[in-house]
Amino acid sequence: MELGIFYTLAAVVLFAAVMVITVRNPVHAVLFLVLAFLGSAGLWLLLEAEFLAIALVLVYVGAVMVLFLFVVMMLDINLVPLREGFARYLPAGAAVALALASVMGFLLGPRYFGLAQFPAPRRMPADYSNTTALGRLLYTYYLYPFEVAAVILLVAIIAAIALTQRARRRIKTERPERQIHVRRQDRVRLVSMPAEKPAGEGGA
Amino acid sequence: MMLEWVHGRLLFWVPAPAWPVTSIVLQIIVLLIPLMLAVAYLTLAERKVIGYMQVRLGPNRVSLFGVPWLRGWGQPIADAFKLLFKEIIIPAGANRTLFLMAPVLAIGPALAAWAVIPFDPVRHIADINAGLLYVLALTSLGVYGIIIAGWASNSKYAFLGALRSAAQIVSYEIAMGFALVGVLIAAGSLNLRAIVLAQQGGVWHWFALPLLPLFLVYFISGVAETNRAPFDVAEGESEIVAGFHVEYSGMAFAVFFLAEYANMILVSALASVMFLGGWLSPFQGLPWLSPLFARVPDIFWLLAKISFFLLLFLWFRATFPRYRYDQIMRLGWKVFLPITLVWLVVVAVLVMLHVPPWFSGGA
Repeated sequence: MELGIFYTLAAVVLFAAVMVITVRNPVHAVLFLVLAFLGSAGLWLLLEAEFLAIALVLVYVGAVMVLFLFVVMMLDINLVPLREGFARYLPAGAAVALALASVMGFLLGPRYFGLAQFPAPRRMPADYSNTTALGRLLYTYYLYPFEVAAVILLVAIIAAIALTQRARRRIKTERPERQIHVRRQDRVRLVSMPAEKPAGEGGA
Repeated sequence: MMLEWVHGRLLFWVPAPAWPVTSIVLQIIVLLIPLMLAVAYLTLAERKVIGYMQVRLGPNRVSLFGVPWLRGWGQPIADAFKLLFKEIIIPAGANRTLFLMAPVLAIGPALAAWAVIPFDPVRHIADINAGLLYVLALTSLGVYGIIIAGWASNSKYAFLGALRSAAQIVSYEIAMGFALVGVLIAAGSLNLRAIVLAQQGGVWHWFALPLLPLFLVYFISGVAETNRAPFDVAEGESEIVAGFHVEYSGMAFAVFFLAEYANMILVSALASVMFLGGWLSPFQGLPWLSPLFARVPDIFWLLAKISFFLLLFLWFRATFPRYRYDQIMRLGWKVFLPITLVWLVVVAVLVMLHVPPWFSGGA
């Protein structure tokens, strides 16, 4: 049963990953990437890593990919020229892919990640909370790497903001806090005017 | 209990190894049928409540079985049948597969999140450790239905609606997530049942008081996440016709409608569970009121709290004009986010100091 679920999910992930790079429409590619993420989350659930699985869905599927989709949907891509030059770039691309695959095979293969180094995880009892275990490890044993990673992210955020704000352009922006405080007297002036026509004459 | 009886009498032809599956399917059905009825009658309630608020009568024609005092009660059923029998028109140039998939993607997460809602101390479909995270993850998936609908329709208005909705939901999710982190700190658990149990001991022990700013931020963000008025710029019928679902008709449109209302009920249920003590009675611990209401089933209190929040949803819609887009963004990023961040620190300090009555127990 568990093996069947594993192979189904693995097949889904592989299929989706292949589709990401083969489909023509970029929006479809993003959606297949979402499917691949969901499949990987399922695989992690099988490993009883529920926190990682849900965090993957929450962060990547729920936020990052939404922004990806947001950008990709607005691209105005003519799909036909995308196919041009496929044969010309094929050798170079294949070489890079081969090099990458061999490095990954070497590093992730049985030599470092085999069953000898990482035995299959034990089944945990039902009351075992992966979240608690992860939190305990992250805030004790791995506290410094965790803090360093947080600082790096903070630097990245500040750098991104600084890059977009580099050019001091003169932009006219609304000031919502001032708009909210506007009263009717500031915008509209009621003028009392004498009637143009004498009363009783009436207008059609 | 019930499930064994059903398996013994009605499902005796199902082999025993498949019973876990059938029992889950049965539980889902038992949850979904009342939920769908609630959605149907929430639409009626909405039209009636807003009608009364605007000194109108609301729907008062379609009756059930011709009973005179049930006038109006047949309206949701009539609407459902009308939508069922209408043609689903697929616009020329639309992406057919995605166009038809979008409503499913909208309603799927809205229903799946109900799996972890605890209705009383024992009744829930799944009692998972990371329940709060699960809910947050699933509510963040709902935006796909809207974005894909807007893109696949191949229509300008639909696309504009989808973009607005995507930006809005991603922004408010952050404030919402931080509000939930506050609950997590206060309860010391991600499990929704444990969160309710941490609020035991009467009204003063509910998290709505120590987490009041987070409570307000959560509920307002919830209104924004469900694209309800006054945050309904994704639909904005006065500017972009009907936003992401302009091109949808018949049942495909109805599914979006169902998803929106199911999400409203979900946000109300979550707000009740996390801030108003879920199924706990408000009279808990009071000298003579507590025995008086002892026989009221727990689930009644949860339903009462959900109904209160739903009334707020309708009330908002009848009261407030639609937010302007930049003001929505300002509220989300410049007001809610700082409030939640500051209050997280406050909650952490309260928990560290074991401030009674909420955090005096060892959490």
